[in-house]
Amino acid sequence: MRQPFLPRREPDRSGHFGPFGGKFVPETLMAALEELEQAFRAAQRDAGFRRELSTYLRDYAGRPTPLYHARRLSQSLGRGVRIYLKREDLLHTGAHKINNALGQALLAVRMKKRRLIAETGAGQHGVATATVAALFGLECDVFMGEEDMERQALNVFRMRLLGAEVRPVTAGTKTLKDACSEAIRDWVTHVRTTHYCIGSVVGPHPYPWMVRVFQSVIGQEARRQVLAETGRLPDYAVACVGGGSNAIGLFAPFARDRRVRLIGVEAGGRGNAPGANAATIVHGSPGVLHGMLSYLLQDRAGQILSTHSVAAGLDYPGVGPEHAYYHALGRASYVAVSDHEALQACELLAKTEGILPAIEPAHALAYVAKAARTFPRRSVIVLGLSGRGDKDVGTMATYLGHGRTPAHV
Amino acid sequence: MDALQLTFKRLRRAGRKALIPFVMAGDPSLRATEALLPRLADAGADVIEVGVPFSDPLADGPVIQRASSRALAAGTTPARVVELLGRVARRVSVPLVVLTYWNPIAQYGARGSTASDGAAFTRALKAAGVRGVIVPDLSLEEGERFRRVAARAGIADILLASTTTSPARLTRIARAARGFIYYVSVTGTTGIRRQLPMEWLAGVRRLKGMTRTPVCVGFGISTPAQARAVARTADGVIVGSALIRAMEPWPRQPDRAARAAERFIRQLRWAIG
Repeated sequence: MRQPFLPRREPDRSGHFGPFGGKFVPETLMAALEELEQAFRAAQRDAGFRRELSTYLRDYAGRPTPLYHARRLSQSLGRGVRIYLKREDLLHTGAHKINNALGQALLAVRMKKRRLIAETGAGQHGVATATVAALFGLECDVFMGEEDMERQALNVFRMRLLGAEVRPVTAGTKTLKDACSEAIRDWVTHVRTTHYCIGSVVGPHPYPWMVRVFQSVIGQEARRQVLAETGRLPDYAVACVGGGSNAIGLFAPFARDRRVRLIGVEAGGRGNAPGANAATIVHGSPGVLHGMLSYLLQDRAGQILSTHSVAAGLDYPGVGPEHAYYHALGRASYVAVSDHEALQACELLAKTEGILPAIEPAHALAYVAKAARTFPRRSVIVLGLSGRGDKDVGTMATYLGHGRTPAHV
Repeated sequence: MDALQLTFKRLRRAGRKALIPFVMAGDPSLRATEALLPRLADAGADVIEVGVPFSDPLADGPVIQRASSRALAAGTTPARVVELLGRVARRVSVPLVVLTYWNPIAQYGARGSTASDGAAFTRALKAAGVRGVIVPDLSLEEGERFRRVAARAGIADILLASTTTSPARLTRIARAARGFIYYVSVTGTTGIRRQLPMEWLAGVRRLKGMTRTPVCVGFGISTPAQARAVARTADGVIVGSALIRAMEPWPRQPDRAARAAERFIRQLRWAIG
């Protein structure tokens, strides 16, 4: 294997990871991005901010999360592999999204913004943002595609219980992409009083960098834990990639450990045809959407394609620019697994470990289950279990049926 | 001196302000756009902005979003718009400028897996007889290379400034500006507003003190009275959503839609003098 170049830890001054990233936004937002970057840099240097954030992460969100050695799962895959699950599913609100939402809400308070807005696909980031808005007494509006509101009705109700307003987005494909566009439009309009809490490592600089910093706690803990548990670094770190926040949070702290292979698993949906999947790096090409230059699923004229994934949280036609950068450097590899494989992996983990994962991280597990036989014997694998599956029980019931073998999706 | 400069110079000499309508190419069909453009010029437009539809128009409100969707549904592509402009530019008596987002430009003529720097698009615009291009999501910073590329092709890269732009940035924008400066009048997206807050005034005055490049104001201007108020200070008035809205009732009767557009343009023309 070609030795990968090691990625830079930080984007360059103008917010690029290699050629990717940047700030492709209307002029009205440039001042706000500048303000946010300065506030974030100042907060990072401020020991008080760091202490406050880590206190909330510990006492409110439930960090550190365990690194769990999934023995029965490992055995079922053979070859003496050892799979360690990074249990972000055990966090308050049920997914890793809370790490970033807490960080950004504290930052918004520092910037004296009274209102948070967010986009959400599966609803996990919306719930996390609604939660921290309640915690800090901020107003909150969450933009969600109409179709996703139907798919994730329970999360819609959760957000409303938390005092947030859920605003249906009826434009375009009525999913995450359009929710994101609508949130940006709202931000342009209320930029002086509102902080846009982006849920993934996407969007204009400084978001991809800032969200990665807030999510890196996943990989920092996992690295420490796997060293303590096994006395060595893992052979593989594997996570699902939609926008890519849990993956980059897991990968970044291992990025300079040359021997650790990083694998991002995208949503292969129903197949390779345009519109049938959301595997952006596997099937896409570079372009600009939502303020960033990255890989996109687009047609030849540069129009963004509609996407499909059974996992609403992966159903997005772009990907974080740092992933595009890792891909270009060869530092991480990106693969795709299908809806069907991901759903089977949900069942596999439920039955071997008593853990019901969200369909999003089940993609990562599905890849490991499929590829384990090609891994060296006794490989150590850290797998990002980014969220729990409660929100997906309805979807699983529809696709998997009850007590039967999975029907083909 | 190019056609845009000439237009503004002539207007300035006559003590008049530019009226700049925006229409979306391909809404509801390219043939309708082809017939519409000369009529807008004859009704009193000084420059016409032609939109190339993009699937995710971040800076646009509901009216222009709808127009983009209709145009895309009709199969409009950047290549077809360029072709159309090549046919129609000679028959339109005023300069045409194109407004679109960066991704369609970056993919225009792109080969393989890398995006383009916009050279192919600007060369095609030049060949079609277009004078300028406006890219609302291409910031001053990201657009540095594109400005050189556009200049080389002989296309004015028209920059935007807004009510949130700092004085230091205004200076940089004034220095880099070509053609005219598009001043975004409201903190928000394009669209119709009953009341136009006066927050644009200070920025426009400041810009005019910095540069001789004309400063035109757009976003939210929807009535003749608003246009008149803006034209007292600005060098030009840009009207998009309200014009599209005026044509929307007749998606299947392009001639009636064009008549409604002409009527509206004449009212605006009369209001701003």
